[in-house]
Amino acid sequence: MIWAGDIISKFPNFQISKFMLEVKNLHAKVEDKDILKGINLSVKAGEVHAIMGPNGSGKSTLSAVIAGNEHYEMTEGEIILDGEDISEMAPEERAHKGIFLSFQYPVEIPGVSVTNFMKTAINESRKAQGLEEMPANEMLKLIREKSELLEIDRKFLSRSLNEGFSGGEKKRNEIFQMAMLEPKLAILDETDSGLDIDALRIVANGVNKLKSENNAVIVITHYQRLLDYIVPDFVHVLYQGKIVKSGGKELAYELEEKGYDWIKSEN
Amino acid sequence: MSKYTEDDLKVELENKEYEYGFYTDIESETFPIGLSEDIVRAISLKKEEPEWMTEWRLEAFRAWVQMTEPDWANVHYTKPDFQAISYYSAPKKVDPSKTLDDVDPELLAMYKKLGISLDEQKKMNNIAMDIVVDSVSVATTFKKTLAEKGIIFCPISEAIKEHPDLVRKYLGTVVPQKDNFYAALNSAVFSDGSFCYIPKGVRCPMELSTYFRINQAGTGQFERTLVIADEESYVSYLEGCTAPSRDENQLHAAVVELIAMDGAEIKYSTVQNWFPGDKNGKGGVFNFVTKRGLCEKNAKISWTQVETGSAVTWKYPSCVLKGDNSVGEFYSIAVTNNFQQADTGTKMIHLGKNTKSTIISKGISAGKSQNSYRGLVQISGRADNARNFSQCDSLLMGNNCGAHTFPYIESKNPSAKIEHEATTSKIGEDQVFYCNQRGIPTEKAIALIVNGFSKEVLNKLPMEFAVEAQKLLEISLEGSVG
Repeated sequence: MIWAGDIISKFPNFQISKFMLEVKNLHAKVEDKDILKGINLSVKAGEVHAIMGPNGSGKSTLSAVIAGNEHYEMTEGEIILDGEDISEMAPEERAHKGIFLSFQYPVEIPGVSVTNFMKTAINESRKAQGLEEMPANEMLKLIREKSELLEIDRKFLSRSLNEGFSGGEKKRNEIFQMAMLEPKLAILDETDSGLDIDALRIVANGVNKLKSENNAVIVITHYQRLLDYIVPDFVHVLYQGKIVKSGGKELAYELEEKGYDWIKSEN
Repeated sequence: MSKYTEDDLKVELENKEYEYGFYTDIESETFPIGLSEDIVRAISLKKEEPEWMTEWRLEAFRAWVQMTEPDWANVHYTKPDFQAISYYSAPKKVDPSKTLDDVDPELLAMYKKLGISLDEQKKMNNIAMDIVVDSVSVATTFKKTLAEKGIIFCPISEAIKEHPDLVRKYLGTVVPQKDNFYAALNSAVFSDGSFCYIPKGVRCPMELSTYFRINQAGTGQFERTLVIADEESYVSYLEGCTAPSRDENQLHAAVVELIAMDGAEIKYSTVQNWFPGDKNGKGGVFNFVTKRGLCEKNAKISWTQVETGSAVTWKYPSCVLKGDNSVGEFYSIAVTNNFQQADTGTKMIHLGKNTKSTIISKGISAGKSQNSYRGLVQISGRADNARNFSQCDSLLMGNNCGAHTFPYIESKNPSAKIEHEATTSKIGEDQVFYCNQRGIPTEKAIALIVNGFSKEVLNKLPMEFAVEAQKLLEISLEGSVG
């Protein structure tokens, strides 16, 4: 009989990963242009990480590659979610495993209501887990609960997905979807772009309400101001496809004060 | 685990077989191939028709012989050899007096495969059905319930015998025998179809439904449908169509005539899923159909169609808005994939004053298919204050298909108001990825986007058929994205 404890004592390097997400030496390109050049990032449950950086540093590419967008080619490295390498998985499988991406530019799907879209998404996830479709009354209850939590007018939910939505409505709709799908890991890609301060506050409050010990959030942003509302545990600075600096939330303030030229001059 | 790409999806879908492509082994009686006056007489005789009917058919046949097949449509195919087709095929053991319980068990098994168990239909859907297999009407359910309201719903062959006055008065009044090549052919050789009469002021309490199926090889199917809604009556009518997969092309040339008298309303819905041919364009049904409705004063005719099948479709359900204040509507979804070709649309002929028509056409093209909308809006000199609104939207999937719009507008009245809107869009990779990211696989994502695109039309279908039509759209689309 071999005990787990024996194995761990014999192989001191062996441990069950304490990280929810581990990105190791990630390289990716789009149309022959190298964008990510060796990203390392580890995120634990309950943490909020911010990724900042100047335009064109690869922030959105990083989120797209983690979510599995096939427009980007991952050339090297690993993406590990709960100890499992997901880098070969289709985007929907990653979603089923709990990855959620809040899009910088959410797309419009005419004729498909927000409710219908969410119903389809939830039931596809359940199907992948071998579960029955969610009964209609349960679905309605969930919708009511989440729309109340995020203070969303339910009339909004019968509109066609993102069609004719204002910038603020689009981002709120993304957060509503996040609430409905209850992901393990949510990546918010430039959620603050195009939002006025009131909309920003509403969206950030929504994210804070959804945060728990069991999930993690990666906030991708150009500016510090969102981080006043969603306070990160760690801040990473991405520049030319690499994380060039990591620190606590104070790093965001330092960046705000000194500007990205400070990073550029150091690298 | 390897990635499931759009290419994989494409391969999977291409290999997915036509779901209704089964052939049922029922003993049938089929006429020798070819068409002549003798064959026309034989059909008429076989159906024990009165003399006037035989003469009517012969008149049509003589006209047909003089006509040439039209070639103005945006479709290309090898013209059928009309002498190589058998013009009559009937499942044996048909006895019109028998009840549902006596129907050939093999036929019943076929209905089950089609997803239309008669028992179920009877109990659950409150739909009266007439089923036409090959050329003969096999079972009409609910006849008794309808008869209580004075509604006649029966095979047209039966109507010719039992209600000759009605048939004689209205047959060919909306689509004359010599209307066009295929209508003339149909008039000469039609062997069955459905007949429906709704008396004055009666609101038909259930959906009336006809199911057409071509089963025998080498046969043509020529149904004739005649729906008469008397003054202030209402009826909703649905037809569904399937055929087995075969290598050779099967011919289908139907004629549907609708008559809506003063204040009457007819809603006519079609879910057409004839065999579209295989992925290389082999086989499939040639669907050359003439459908037209006549609206008297204050009447309304609404055509709704979901066209997913057939190798070649040539079909323009139309409304003649003869009476003042009459209304015509046309809602259409036409899906083409692989090598399918569709040239479909409508004609709205405004003759009366204050007549109104609406055209909503949604074309979805995938694979190497060609999808054309062809529509005519005609406003006559005396049609004061006529109004038309047309909207033609096309959705493209992939780079090898085509969408075409041919709108014709002829107005002879300066008070007419005619609007035409058209859009063309493509399913974007970004839309698909967005769905994928929310956990929706590509195939389902496409179905969702297509359903959204078609929603305005799907909403017009009776509830239970909207669900069926949605499923059909999903099955039919074998396109890739990008």
